[in-house]
Amino acid sequence: MTTLTPATPHAAPGAPREKPAVVRGLSAFVRARETGILLAVLLVIVVTTVKNPSFVFSSDGWRDLLLTPSILVIVAVGQAMVIITRSVDLSVGSVLGLTAYLTGRLFIDIPGIPMIVVFLAGIVLGGLLGLINGALVAFAKVPALVITLGTLYAYRGINVVWAGSDRINASDMPKDFLALGTGQFLTIPLLTIIALVVLIIAGWYMKNTRGGREFYAIGSDPAAAGLYGLRVVRRLLIAFVASGALAGLAGVLYAARYGTVNSQAGSGWELDAVGAAVIGGVAIFGGSGTVWGAAIGAVLLLTINRALPIIGVPDFWQRAVVGALIIGAIVLDRVLALRQSRRLLEAREETK
Amino acid sequence: MLFHTLRTAKARAGAVAAIAVTVALVATGCASSGGDTSASSSAGGNSGNLAITFLPKNLGNPYFDTSDKGGQKAVESFGGTFQEVGPATASPDAQVSYINTATTQGVGALVVSANDPTAICDALNEARSAGVKVVTFDSDTDAACRDIFINQASAEGIAKVQIDLIAKQIGGSGEVAILSASANATNQNAWIEQMKTYAASQYPGLTIVDTVYGNDDDQTSFDKTAALLQSHPNLKGIISPTTVGIAAAARYLQTSEYKGKVALTGLGTPNQMRDYVNDGTVTAFALWNPADLGYLAAFAAKALIEGTITGAEGDKFDAGDLGSYTVGADNTVLLGDPYVFDKSNIANFDF
Repeated sequence: MTTLTPATPHAAPGAPREKPAVVRGLSAFVRARETGILLAVLLVIVVTTVKNPSFVFSSDGWRDLLLTPSILVIVAVGQAMVIITRSVDLSVGSVLGLTAYLTGRLFIDIPGIPMIVVFLAGIVLGGLLGLINGALVAFAKVPALVITLGTLYAYRGINVVWAGSDRINASDMPKDFLALGTGQFLTIPLLTIIALVVLIIAGWYMKNTRGGREFYAIGSDPAAAGLYGLRVVRRLLIAFVASGALAGLAGVLYAARYGTVNSQAGSGWELDAVGAAVIGGVAIFGGSGTVWGAAIGAVLLLTINRALPIIGVPDFWQRAVVGALIIGAIVLDRVLALRQSRRLLEAREETK
Repeated sequence: MLFHTLRTAKARAGAVAAIAVTVALVATGCASSGGDTSASSSAGGNSGNLAITFLPKNLGNPYFDTSDKGGQKAVESFGGTFQEVGPATASPDAQVSYINTATTQGVGALVVSANDPTAICDALNEARSAGVKVVTFDSDTDAACRDIFINQASAEGIAKVQIDLIAKQIGGSGEVAILSASANATNQNAWIEQMKTYAASQYPGLTIVDTVYGNDDDQTSFDKTAALLQSHPNLKGIISPTTVGIAAAARYLQTSEYKGKVALTGLGTPNQMRDYVNDGTVTAFALWNPADLGYLAAFAAKALIEGTITGAEGDKFDAGDLGSYTVGADNTVLLGDPYVFDKSNIANFDF
């Protein structure tokens, strides 16, 4: 877990050097944006479990707690990478729908096709669709909001034409593949393990590699990043391909978990993914936040969705709660940003 | 969640293809201006011309493949000529050209499942003025554009069969919950009202403890099923009167600790439910039989062509193996009670 890392290396005020690493790590953890969201998740789980112990302490409850957010976590990680570069990918729901349908079609049209090929096909298709988004954004210089809103409808349109009123059913897909969607390893669902692996790789890349840091630099100030000589176009393409490929992976997993895919699979997921990233502390104007935050945001979003009916909150209020969360996260983001810039100014005055 | 109001395939596709929307608007505009053609214009006609053309919403759709097979069986049984035509995709005005072709060919009757209640009205009325009888099935047009509508099921029938099924599966009494589509789904709400009334009168021990809404979305229906099972520990059964809901609930139950302990029934299609019925997650569920629907529509077309009926309320006609039918209000014929699918018969269906 890292702090809300400012994009430019100079921005961090000098951390007191005399403190031991453990204390520094601990205080960083306490101050991190992600910590607040994590506490919120824990609070939701504790309150719901007190109300109804089977929320955690039953085999179904435990599995659902981990399994339900897994697919959205994967999509949200990709979304966070795009948002950090000051873009947004609204087409992820449609990409997910297309790859989910492709998954079913592959199993129907090519009997006995190995599962790994299906996974690769889903990821490659997702990556290609992401590349189209990225190329349009990077070369046509049209805001990503507009481009991906267009591809959101275009990709869904292709899906509707392709699938029509046809539907993939559980009986069309192999048992092994469907078992992947609900299977567990040491009580941890397989989908959760996949999501964690994706999260760890993406988290490591964004924090520790030159490429990852460039995402933040571009998101903080695209013009400055360009002047500095960063390959903005290349980073943008990578971000969109990653987002598309992860949505593609999520589509394959969607088919495995739900067993039914129609032409509307994944509609509305783009909003959940953006919502998860924003709740998780990824600034909507880029440059700050982490994929870890987005992942925790996804967990919070879906855990609340599951908890509210169990607590007894009526259906109609559940979306209002999610909306309040998103607004709250954005307001908090703004307050923190203002405080941060004030501190930086003070620090500059002092050093003069 | 903003886009949930725009969820239907038509809305999405329409949003993409602005041109298609424009065409559809023009088509509906024309239709409403000419939609008052009276039914009398098609009276008389060519009795004895038993060439019957089936025009489903789209071809390659297993549901309509099944209904058209039923129609073909009926047409062949009374010695007519059967023909099936249709567009590849179910867009609002795609059926117009097929209707015009059938009119030119001078077929005896058209049996149509309408993609749009008004967009094909003009074309149908032209066909009727040329003496072609028009039967709609599965999905109706405006009443002024057809001679007769074959309705697959009534709200009472759908409500009754689901309550009867769940009561049988849980032994007549206990807690039951409903997993519906969206909170403002007209059909589902009407059925749920009927179910409550019917359950109260027939099964006093059966209590409907909760109604939740899965919005015809897999994930939401999933989560709502999980929440139902957790928040009602004494729950014995779930009714899901929507095909998305029942499949999602079955998929959840299949790998849940409640499999076999909580009964599930509702409205589903055999292809969707095959896995869950075969492994015992679901004992029985209901829907109409599309083959019977097509069969009845063909016999209604025959009766219209031969002049046995005009489509007026109270007209009676014979429908082969299905027996005798009477035309009800609004020139509508009701197929009958929904069909129950279980392990013994599910293998016979593919839609």
